[in-house]
Formats: sequence, C-alpha cells, structure tokens
Amino acid sequence: MSARRIVTPLILAAGGLLLWQGLIVATGLPPFLLPGPGAVAAALWSNQALLAQAALRTCAEIAAGFGLGAAGGAVLAVLMAGYAPCARALRPVLLISQVIPIFALAPILTLWLGFGMAPKIVVTALICFFPVAAAFFDGLTRTTPACRDLARTMGANGWREMWHIRIPMALPMLGSGLRLAAVYAPVGAVIGEWVGGSDGLGAVMIHANGRMRTDLSFATIAVVTLIALAFHAQISALTRRLFARFE
Amino acid sequence: MMRPVVLSGQVRIGGQVLFPPIRLTLRAGTWTALLGPSGVGKSTVLRLIAGLPIGGQFEGRIDNRPPVALMAQDPGLLPWLTVRQNAALGARLRGEAADTARLDAILGRTGLTDHAAKYPAALSGGQRQRVALARTLMEDRALVLLDEPFSALDARMRLAMQDLAADLLRGRSVLMVTHDPAEAARLSDQIHLLTESGLSDARAPDSPAPRPPGDPAVLACQGALLSRLIAGAGA
Repeated sequence: MSARRIVTPLILAAGGLLLWQGLIVATGLPPFLLPGPGAVAAALWSNQALLAQAALRTCAEIAAGFGLGAAGGAVLAVLMAGYAPCARALRPVLLISQVIPIFALAPILTLWLGFGMAPKIVVTALICFFPVAAAFFDGLTRTTPACRDLARTMGANGWREMWHIRIPMALPMLGSGLRLAAVYAPVGAVIGEWVGGSDGLGAVMIHANGRMRTDLSFATIAVVTLIALAFHAQISALTRRLFARFE
Repeated sequence: MMRPVVLSGQVRIGGQVLFPPIRLTLRAGTWTALLGPSGVGKSTVLRLIAGLPIGGQFEGRIDNRPPVALMAQDPGLLPWLTVRQNAALGARLRGEAADTARLDAILGRTGLTDHAAKYPAALSGGQRQRVALARTLMEDRALVLLDEPFSALDARMRLAMQDLAADLLRGRSVLMVTHDPAEAARLSDQIHLLTESGLSDARAPDSPAPRPPGDPAVLACQGALLSRLIAGAGA
C-alpha cells in the first residue's frame, strides 16, 4: 500500500474536523445544536461502557438479520429461477415487500414480536433480503447459453443443472448482492431500535436526542458508521475470497 | 449402428421463413458438413437435431433422432472445474460416476494428460477446444454435432484441431456446421450447402479425411463451394 493511500484520507479527515470547528467558532452555534469535534470525542470517551454494550447488541442484530435475509433471499432466488410459476407468483410479492416503507412496518413488528431483538432482526432481514434475491436471481437467469445447451444434450435434469452449473455460475452475482445488503443491514437494525425497546445504538441515539445530548447523538452516529464500514469491509473480503474462482 | 437421421421441413421465425423446406439425411459413420453463410439457419438445423430450443417454429419432422454429443464454438468450460472434471461433466450432470480409465485414455489422446489438474483460465484457446473435444468423446453418443467449433481459432491452431478431431472422431457419425469451405473440403464425406434458396448437395473429395489443405482436390472442392456460396447469395 502506498503512503499516499493512507496520508490522503488523513489530510481530508483533518480538514473536515477543522472546517467543523471553524463553523462553530464562526457562527457561535450552541453545543446542543452543533457540538464541536472535541465535545463529541469527550462524549465517546465518557460513554464508553454504554456505547460498547449498545454496539454489541446492534452488531448481533445486524449479523443475525443479515444472515437471515441473505439466506432467505438466496433460497427464493433459486426457487424463482428453477421454477417459472414460482417466479411469476413471487415477483410481485418481492416488489411489494420493498415498496412498503420499513419505517411503517417497524412499529407493527414491535407490536407483534415485543421489545426484544426479534423485531430488529426481522427489519434488518427484510432490508437485506431484496438486494440478495434480486442480484442472485439475475445471475441465475444469465447462465451462458453454451452451458445450458451442454446440460440439455448431456441429459441433466433441471435441478442438477441448477446445482452444478447455474448456481456456481451465479455466485459472483450473489456476492455483489451480499455486498449491497451489508451496506443496508446496519440501517435496518438502527431503525428497529429507534421504534421500540431500550437497547442498542438506535435507542441510545433516540434517548440522547430527547435529552438534547447532541454530543452523544453524534458519538453514536460515529459508532454506527464505523460498524457499518467494518461490516461491509468484512463481507466484501469474504465474498471476494470465496467466489473468486467462479468468476 | 445409427439409423439414418432424416430432417425434413422448414423453420419460421416471427412469421418469416428462415429457410424453405429442406430434406437432410445423416448416414451412420459419415462426416456430414452443413455449409452456408451466417444467419441462414445452419445452427438452427443442428439445434433441431440436438433437440435444443430454437427461436422459432419448426414445421416438419425428424426421423430416428439419436442421442447426441455437442461441441460448439464456445467451449462452454466451467471455470471452477479442472480440465479433468470438465471432460467428465456429463457424468457429473447425470449423477453418475465417471469411467476413470476411459477418462484417462481420452485425456491422453487429446494431449491433455499434463494439463488435467489445471483450470480453464490457465489454458490457451486451442487447449480449451481440446478439453471440449475430450468432453464430447466422453459422451460417446451415436451422433456428434459440431457447431463451428474451430472458427474462433487462428489458422495454424484450426488446422491442428481439425486433424485431431478427424482422427479421434473417425468412423463416427458427425454433423459439422461451418461457414468455411476449406474446412468442409478437408474433413467431410458429405457436403450440403444451405443458402437462402434452400439445401443443395456438393461433392466432397474422395480421399480419406483429414485431407492436406493444399491438396489439389481439396482446393478444387473449396473453390467450387465458394462459387456456389456466392451464387447462392445472389439468388
């Protein structure tokens, strides 16, 4: 890695912080509207235990929701690609599941599933489900024609062709769906926590906002952002390593 | 022994006639070339005989359609399988165990023994087509269908692959679709021309295939085929 790749972002970050502080000095905004970088750092430090505990909970919801949504999306894509009536029946359901605003669904899920982790996991899964299903289905329907012809002349039945040719050939597309879902997963968990319950980073954010603790709100947003970036990086590395030989 | 395969009929695509009614007979143990320009429906004829979907309606009948093995311009190798696994793909797709002794023998005859553990990405274009040929031989079907299998190769590699295929498929029933008169003249026992005006027979040289590319009889046949292709385009 070149020094430039480390130095450039550092300079940009330092510039951003400086601009932020400068804005506060210039406008004289009170800290409850816009806390300075120092105040946010102090809030991060003094609320370590609270943030760490909340982050752990949010991470667990992200991982469980992502796993559930990705698995569901992948299975659905295979069913739709392998069985045409399934595709006809499920395509509108898939679309409707996406146009329903998740914000509207989250309180209902809390009503049904209580204030524990379950509704948060379901919201995350609902958000992850679509990009995985759509990308994998796309991959499964774009099998190279030469390979499909071979499978037919060789006397493969539909599910053997699916297992030995179409699924492996579509794995790189599944990978791009998973990478996209990894970006959305933390959003799902945080939305779930906003709506119900008292645990997790989303709940910390809501409480901090309610008490005008804007510095803690910013600190929580910083933690969520870091978690989201780290989760995406992990999923990217994993999918690229696992699926490289199927390209 | 394969009974003669007879295809008779015509194909319409979106109401348009792709080719007028034809009658094509494939005899056992014969290498038949179906020669014609691009877009005239040669591959459609091959797909009909293979039982593969075509983008149109076939009005006619095919008698004695046998099980086939297919080799096309795109070798269709799976990048996550080794050369050996690709050559034995048929057994994998039918859920059978591959005959390893035959697989070893065929990899030997196609010159792939040293490449057996490699993945397709590590092979040259000619080597990939050799894997496709090995996979075709592993299928051991009554009729072998070749759909312009060598047309993406450079001239030297194409000649080498033609020789290898002629050698390894000797005595089998073969239908080869090609747009190259030289290829038809070098390899075939029977030549049929498919043009916009329909199907017509041409005479193949009498000597055994593969014939040398510079052989006077091959060159004469190639010239005659070329003239008829040009005349067919004018019709």
